[in-house]
Amino acid sequence: MGSSVLSKIWDAHAIGEDEDGRTLLYIDRHLTHEVTSPIAFEALREAGRKVRRPDLTFAVTDHNVPTHDRDLPVESGMSLRQMELLRQNARENGVMLFDYESQDQGIVHVIGTELGLTVPGITLACGDSHTSTHGVLGALAFGIGTSEGEHLFATQSLWIKRPREMRIKVNGRLHAGVYAKDVVLKIIRDMGTGGAIGHSVEFCGETVDSFSVEERFTLANMIVEGGARTAIMSPDEKVLNYVRGRRFAPKSSEWDAAAASWRELASDPGAGYDAERSFDVSRLEPQVSWGTNPAMTVGVTETVPSPADAKTERERVSIERAVGYMGLTPGMRVTDIPVEVVFIGSCTNARISDLVEAARFVRGRHVRQGVRALVVPGSQAVRAQAELMGLASVFRDAGFEWRNAGCSMCIAMNGDELKQGQRCASTSNRNFENRQGTGGRTHLVSPATAAAAAIEGRFVDVRELGRV
Amino acid sequence: MMDRSGNVVGVAAPLEWDDVDTDQIVPAEFLKVVEKKGMGRYLFYRRRYGQDGAERADFVLNQPAYRSAAILVAGANFGIGSSRENAVWALLDGGIRCVIATSFGDIFENNAARNALLCVRLDEPTVARLRSLARKGAAFYIDVPAQTVTAGSEVTAFQMDPHAKKRFLEGRDEVSTTLETCGPAISGYEARMPAWAHPSSVSPVE
Repeated sequence: MGSSVLSKIWDAHAIGEDEDGRTLLYIDRHLTHEVTSPIAFEALREAGRKVRRPDLTFAVTDHNVPTHDRDLPVESGMSLRQMELLRQNARENGVMLFDYESQDQGIVHVIGTELGLTVPGITLACGDSHTSTHGVLGALAFGIGTSEGEHLFATQSLWIKRPREMRIKVNGRLHAGVYAKDVVLKIIRDMGTGGAIGHSVEFCGETVDSFSVEERFTLANMIVEGGARTAIMSPDEKVLNYVRGRRFAPKSSEWDAAAASWRELASDPGAGYDAERSFDVSRLEPQVSWGTNPAMTVGVTETVPSPADAKTERERVSIERAVGYMGLTPGMRVTDIPVEVVFIGSCTNARISDLVEAARFVRGRHVRQGVRALVVPGSQAVRAQAELMGLASVFRDAGFEWRNAGCSMCIAMNGDELKQGQRCASTSNRNFENRQGTGGRTHLVSPATAAAAAIEGRFVDVRELGRV
Repeated sequence: MMDRSGNVVGVAAPLEWDDVDTDQIVPAEFLKVVEKKGMGRYLFYRRRYGQDGAERADFVLNQPAYRSAAILVAGANFGIGSSRENAVWALLDGGIRCVIATSFGDIFENNAARNALLCVRLDEPTVARLRSLARKGAAFYIDVPAQTVTAGSEVTAFQMDPHAKKRFLEGRDEVSTTLETCGPAISGYEARMPAWAHPSSVSPVE
């Protein structure tokens, strides 16, 4: 029987076992940020320890940084304190920090791959659930808590129970105007928020093969909303081309040896999986979440569900509560839902290709009166590239706010937030109650659907706009 | 409360909805707090308090019978979403020692084990029955060594990850244990780590 890509990386990094069936995995890369790290650094200090491998540890400020002009002062005292603590902790431990003013700053899962900190074959961990994103490059990546972060700082290793493996095959050619975001929303909608709990999800199939590396990031990033422990993919030539030449990736003299090792990583044909799912996306339409978790999603031509459709009492309660919180009427058409705010950003959908797709629906038009629309690039490098490509002016001319990089309105810690009752078309990954601001209402969509909603002031079927 | 043998005794509060994500347990705005202590005041903040800051009478932990709850009886997918360990700290600081559910978010469950918050996983009919006993105010007793939940006169056995059990009953400094028992294995890997797994050393652009 062959091995999966996960098995190959797991076996190369397993350096110990305990009597409870857990494995000690060496972690080649630790990415850390200002929000989940302070207590881990503090515990390290209290124990008289330092970061064991500062050369494998990288820090960035992203979760609560303002996205306004970087020359303006940071207004929130608490944000300032966490940013300053990260500076101190990084300095004290000799850890490289991509700070607020750095041109390398951005959302940790965007800069990790962009800078070549993530390469195939490595293990990686970060105190953030969307760490699964890095699995696209054929790395084994885990989101961890703060106590695990402390353990990782001190030992460069983690005790982990081997996840079960689920293979998700995606086949079919997507209709123009339908994207990776729609695919992953549909998968979560079908599997439920707990469908992949305990599993590492390996994506494969012709649709995934045809996706660019950036489109794959969207899939791997968001499958954690289906409960996945992480995501992983066999690295192919697209991945090798993506990694090549990036700042921290192997240099030309080392490249051939690295690439040769990485070509061995792909899952073998006979590899076994604990669970298999397959999806045909050839007739998939753009998806729009209507409720308060990502599985509460329908197609753009469908209607908002009714509590009367529920199969169980708990489901009825859940639909009723969600519809109430979202201020929707059961049975109303998705295309009749008005939008007040549009947020294009987050580690799910704020890379350059996302901005290119969004811009198609914006070019030469203007944001609907009364709508606030903002683009928050995933990194300062994405921002700079978008400016060079003329995308920034497309958005600005259309009335979008063009911001600096950060997690921004995806987690609403930095002042970018919805007001009570405001309704937002968002390219982020979570539509939980109050996620984007107290009382805010989030609809998860692709960048194209979000951009079109900004222009129309309501959801529209982007397939009908003739712009792709 | 937890007795000396590490068992959990107390009132159990029923949570009548599924998919309790960690954003509900502690909203992101409170993640800026850099101390674990006192995190309990943010527990279920948006469910617990209205916009005016007053307690909402319809939230179970605000009701007199459940104010001192040590146990939550939830449903499916408790603790999904964000990796924030603050969710576990807030539950513990808020007096919760044990959560009973049909499934848990993976990272939440890891975080819980590291902080001795007990996660008891049972099937749906059993959890539904326990929820109904909690509604009636039955006393709950969770015997961790024996792996049983006693609610009123009903005794239910549960499975438990052996490591989580040990952590719960003994508590240990995992970092010291790892360094003592696996130090050579860690150094051994470091000596054979392939060249391509090292970041090539370049300074960040200022």
